[in-house]
Amino acid sequence: MLLEKIFYSVGRYFLLLKSAVARPERFSMYYKETMRQMDAIGVGSVFIVILISVFIGMVTAVQFADQLGDSFVPSYYIGYIVRDITIIEMAPTITCLVLAGKVGSNLAAEIGGMRQKEHIDAMEIMGVNTAAYLIMPKIVAAVIVIPLLVAISAFISIIGGYIATVLPGTISHTEYVLGLRSFFVPRYVFMMFVKASVFAFLLTSVSCYLGYYVKGGSIELGQASTNAVVISNVLILLFDFIIALLLT
Amino acid sequence: MIRTENITKTFGSNEVLKGITTEFYAGKPNLIIGSSGAGKTVLLKLLIGLFTPTSGKVFYGDTDLYALNPKELRVIRMKVGMLFQGNALFDSMTVGENIRFPMDMFTKMTAQEKRKRVDECLEMVNMEGINDRFPSEVSGGMQKRVGIARAMVLEPEYLFCDEPNSGLDPQTSILIDELICDLTNRNNITTVINTHDMNSVMGIGDNIILLKNGLIAWHGNKSQVLESDNQVLEDFIFASPFLRRLRADALKQRSNG
Ligand SMILES: Nc1ncnc2c1ncn2[C@@H]1O[C@H](COP(=O)(O)OP(=O)(O)OP(=O)(O)O)[C@@H](O)[C@H]1O
Ligand SMILES: [Mg+2]
Repeated sequence: MLLEKIFYSVGRYFLLLKSAVARPERFSMYYKETMRQMDAIGVGSVFIVILISVFIGMVTAVQFADQLGDSFVPSYYIGYIVRDITIIEMAPTITCLVLAGKVGSNLAAEIGGMRQKEHIDAMEIMGVNTAAYLIMPKIVAAVIVIPLLVAISAFISIIGGYIATVLPGTISHTEYVLGLRSFFVPRYVFMMFVKASVFAFLLTSVSCYLGYYVKGGSIELGQASTNAVVISNVLILLFDFIIALLLT
Repeated sequence: MIRTENITKTFGSNEVLKGITTEFYAGKPNLIIGSSGAGKTVLLKLLIGLFTPTSGKVFYGDTDLYALNPKELRVIRMKVGMLFQGNALFDSMTVGENIRFPMDMFTKMTAQEKRKRVDECLEMVNMEGINDRFPSEVSGGMQKRVGIARAMVLEPEYLFCDEPNSGLDPQTSILIDELICDLTNRNNITTVINTHDMNSVMGIGDNIILLKNGLIAWHGNKSQVLESDNQVLEDFIFASPFLRRLRADALKQRSNG
């Protein structure tokens, strides 16, 4: 029964995505909508991303400094570890988990509200391909903007690590910077962008899907919005693992 | 012209429509009447493919609506205008933007031309000057009229109105009826209207079907309404004692002279 439901949902999800990939009726309308979404997703999330990233960096640095303690590992390793952990894992994953909460719930509620108020039907009657018009611009916007946010996040996290270790004098400025410049693997940055794009796609498409097929009233709308967050989060972590397996 | 062939629709165990075969003609208003819950909205949504029927067919001219793929369906729908029972105006757009939306999406008109057409459409429904207000900032009746303006903006060949004058005062209601009638005649539109407004039935009912228990209980036009001895129709239309008396008087007068 549950399995049947999952298969049904997954099938319908892919069918929706398939009909979302279509030639726009009018390019300028899609462009406008994409820009609006980039603004909402990107600019609207910069502050929260910066805020959490500072803390991610600080916690990572302090924690690692503590573990190093009096060991023989040179203390400039702090910079190196903070850099790699944030780039590979913290920046893409935590940023996208937070964005799933902020952007995902928002998208599900927006599209779900349009479904319930018959706005989607009204557009269908006009001849609009609503799957494409309502979903494509959101996915495109997210896949462009979220990797940028993730890059910002990685950068800010590294500064966060600096604030938490260099300012109190745990290690020196030179040591931290030396760490940052040691053992750099460019592929990790590539991995960060792959993760960010995949997570961005997942969280927007799943949230749009849940909103698009919402039924009932305000309770169901609330559920759709919650489910968007929960399912996106689970998928993000699952794909985090899959990408780690594939790319390392 | 739109033709339905033995349309049925079942929700779970609720048999809403049990076989509707009828025709809706171009150039005159076609009315679907029936009491609340009779299935008028469901039938209307079946006519444009927002619901799929349990069985049966709908033809636009010779085109079988349900045999079309999504792309072909959209081509037909560009010729369709619809007023929803709940208006379905996009609430984060202004009235002007709502009416402009179909033009933005489907035409290459310049901003100037669009603005002119929006004003024309608002004027047509006597609502000029509210372009910049949001739907939530105008009254229900005004929203209805904006809905009609939006449905008309691309000059549709098919017009569907779900209770265009419910919630309107009698004067506005008649105005709206006349407006729809006018447009229908002028542009030879196939117009289908859901209503339980008796003024509409007697005013513009050139082709009326009465739904009851999922079937067509009566079929005719406004001049046949008075003479019909169909019990279902009588119960439905002449529900109030006042109307019953009027009808009795009218029939008496006719038989006298
Ligand atoms: N989406 C749906 N799912 C299940 N049942 C539905 C659905 N839509 C309508 N129905 C059922 O179909 C029947 C007819 O409803 P419909 O909305 O067509 O009535 P109506 O004639 O338009 O009434 P009104 O004049 O009040 O608008 C009702 O019994 C309703 O419960
Ligand atoms: Mg109805």
